[in-house]
Amino acid sequence: MTAIAEPVSTAPDLDTLTMAGALNRALADALTEDERVLVFGEDVGTLGGVFRVTDGLAARFGEARVFDTPLAEAGIVGTAIGMAMNGLRPVVEMQFDAFAYPAFEQITSHLAKLRNRTHGRVELPIVIRIPYGGGIGGVEHHCDSSEVYYTHTAGLRVVTPSSPADAYALLRQAIDCPDPVIFLEPKRRYWEKETARLDHHGSTLDRAVVRRPGTDLTLISYGGALGTTLEAAEAAQEEGYSAEVIDLRSLSPFDLDTVAASVRRTGRAVVVHEASRFCGYGAEVAAQLSETCFHYLEAPVLRVAGFDIPYPAPNLEQHHLPGIDRILDAIERLQWDDSAAAAGGGA
Amino acid sequence: MTTTERAAASHLLPSAEPLGLIAADGGPVPDPALELPDGEVLLRLYQGMVAGRRFDTQATALTKQGRLAVYPSARGQEAAEIGGILALRPQDWLFPTYRDSMAVVARGVDPVEVLTLLRGDWHCGYDPYHANVAPQCTPLATNTLHAVGFAHAARIKGEDSVSLVLLGDGATSEGDTHEALNFAAVWQAPVVFLVQNNGYAISVPLAKQTAAPSLAHKGIGYGMPSVLVDGNDAAAVHAVVEQAVARAAAGEGPTLIEAVTYRVESHTNADDATRYRDRAEVEQWLARDPIARLKQYLTDRGLLDDARQQQIDARAEAEAATLRERMNVDTELDPAELFRHVYAEPTAALRQQAAELTAELTTGDQA
Repeated sequence: MTAIAEPVSTAPDLDTLTMAGALNRALADALTEDERVLVFGEDVGTLGGVFRVTDGLAARFGEARVFDTPLAEAGIVGTAIGMAMNGLRPVVEMQFDAFAYPAFEQITSHLAKLRNRTHGRVELPIVIRIPYGGGIGGVEHHCDSSEVYYTHTAGLRVVTPSSPADAYALLRQAIDCPDPVIFLEPKRRYWEKETARLDHHGSTLDRAVVRRPGTDLTLISYGGALGTTLEAAEAAQEEGYSAEVIDLRSLSPFDLDTVAASVRRTGRAVVVHEASRFCGYGAEVAAQLSETCFHYLEAPVLRVAGFDIPYPAPNLEQHHLPGIDRILDAIERLQWDDSAAAAGGGA
Repeated sequence: MTTTERAAASHLLPSAEPLGLIAADGGPVPDPALELPDGEVLLRLYQGMVAGRRFDTQATALTKQGRLAVYPSARGQEAAEIGGILALRPQDWLFPTYRDSMAVVARGVDPVEVLTLLRGDWHCGYDPYHANVAPQCTPLATNTLHAVGFAHAARIKGEDSVSLVLLGDGATSEGDTHEALNFAAVWQAPVVFLVQNNGYAISVPLAKQTAAPSLAHKGIGYGMPSVLVDGNDAAAVHAVVEQAVARAAAGEGPTLIEAVTYRVESHTNADDATRYRDRAEVEQWLARDPIARLKQYLTDRGLLDDARQQQIDARAEAEAATLRERMNVDTELDPAELFRHVYAEPTAALRQQAAELTAELTTGDQA
């Protein structure tokens, strides 16, 4: 990774960008700075991607570096592996979460394992961008929360941004990273704007961040559900609960230090995600917190998650996706009366 | 090209019969469509096949002695294994499968490092960048895409390097093969697909694998020139692979080659081929042995005499003896290695798990 000194700036140049725009900027900057970077996939060239994340890149950088491929996801990932073995740094796009599954074998059997299989001799600095999750009224096979398929696979890094500035930073860092990175883009946040300074030198790829400080409980979320979680924290404040909100950003590796430090302070935790609850990411977070923070917990770690159902049709998805009320209900269930008694006992 | 021109592209079709240079009886094939390699190349092919078979026999013996966990023999396929490899230039790359240990060794990789996988010590024991050989691929056909990507990258970087990917008849049914053929043709990538049609995918015969007139015919659907060759004729395999490598290096795109051969042994030492095929069928193929026919051809032309034969045999025998000796040394494996190559830097969780394992092993030592 390059270590460039932070430019000293008294008036940082702020940008107002959507997440799609920030991702586009990240790709353009990476293509500019490193000639080994390539961008390819389905419709990413002339069209600029179905979400316009690669808009204008083929015209600017040429079709040798930004190009459309045949419609075959295993082919896209498999050829990216060969290119990376030969010294390039491919950034590929899977058009939608559920459309990435044909590439599953290439991802799990080769992308994730080649470093290990070869004693570290083969390095695969590949980024697989996957628009994921619901909330955009997509028809079937367009809205899966597929993160744990990837987090369960050793050798992959899995990251997901929740805001435009973070999307920029994470994607730049993912492209610079020597490990393969599954880059999950929450589609429902593609068009939300943020005014911020785009910079990728100030944070690292594998750390969670506290998005909102609080003292009574910790809400842990990521990706598309983070925005909802922040809104729920505001609503909880009105009901007298001070909720800290952690944005995991990196799902693999999991930043236990940041999460546990918060939970040890607050004593209560709720994990919020769109994906199904059973064997979902929240199960891992709850397990790790109970293993490492048991004596600090005033209540069981709760999960607010999607139901254990196939992703529903668009006109029913609002019942599936965790909303503010469901998060507030979980906060209410964190055994506040018991804890008051416990606190009186000097805990 | 218009659709009509494309449909008329019959020049992409393979020949009706496999191309050959040297017949099963060791005599020349009349009016061959290929140019015969010169005598020196033929001798190298012969020597490579003798060494390859000796390596194969030694590896099979090592499974019986418990030194290898498993070994998939390539006996009978020496012409396809060696003929293809010797047609490569040093800067070219090989993308082999689990059955191609013989080819990997012929490419210059240390045989002990090659057998690390089958001994069960580590997944890939050699450095792929040492002799330009990708890790041997165990899932079928996934290596075809790696080869296409590697070759395309070479072209993007302006490097003169061709990728040769080995696959079997069974692998031609996998989706990755079709995606790889398509990507390679669309990109005109400098890659050569060498299908070793050895008759069986474990127990499933070719007739249950495909209804195509030949596996080579699958190339035309992707707009790729396709070649059907006698896979037990090392001279012919060498000639067609050399042509295909030259085409690819000249920017003329990929080629699909089907080498028709036969897997003389079972799928691996753990398989029993008598459950699914007759001895008579095997006998028929033993009569088409790739080594015997080239030996006959070379002897008839005075290119191989007893002294040279003894030299070749002695060298193969010495290599096998060295391999046997080195494989009989117990290896020391470091369990800490398990955690070192998962990511560029071990994660906090992996560091902790490594410490847990170390503690577990230390406690075990004390008990």
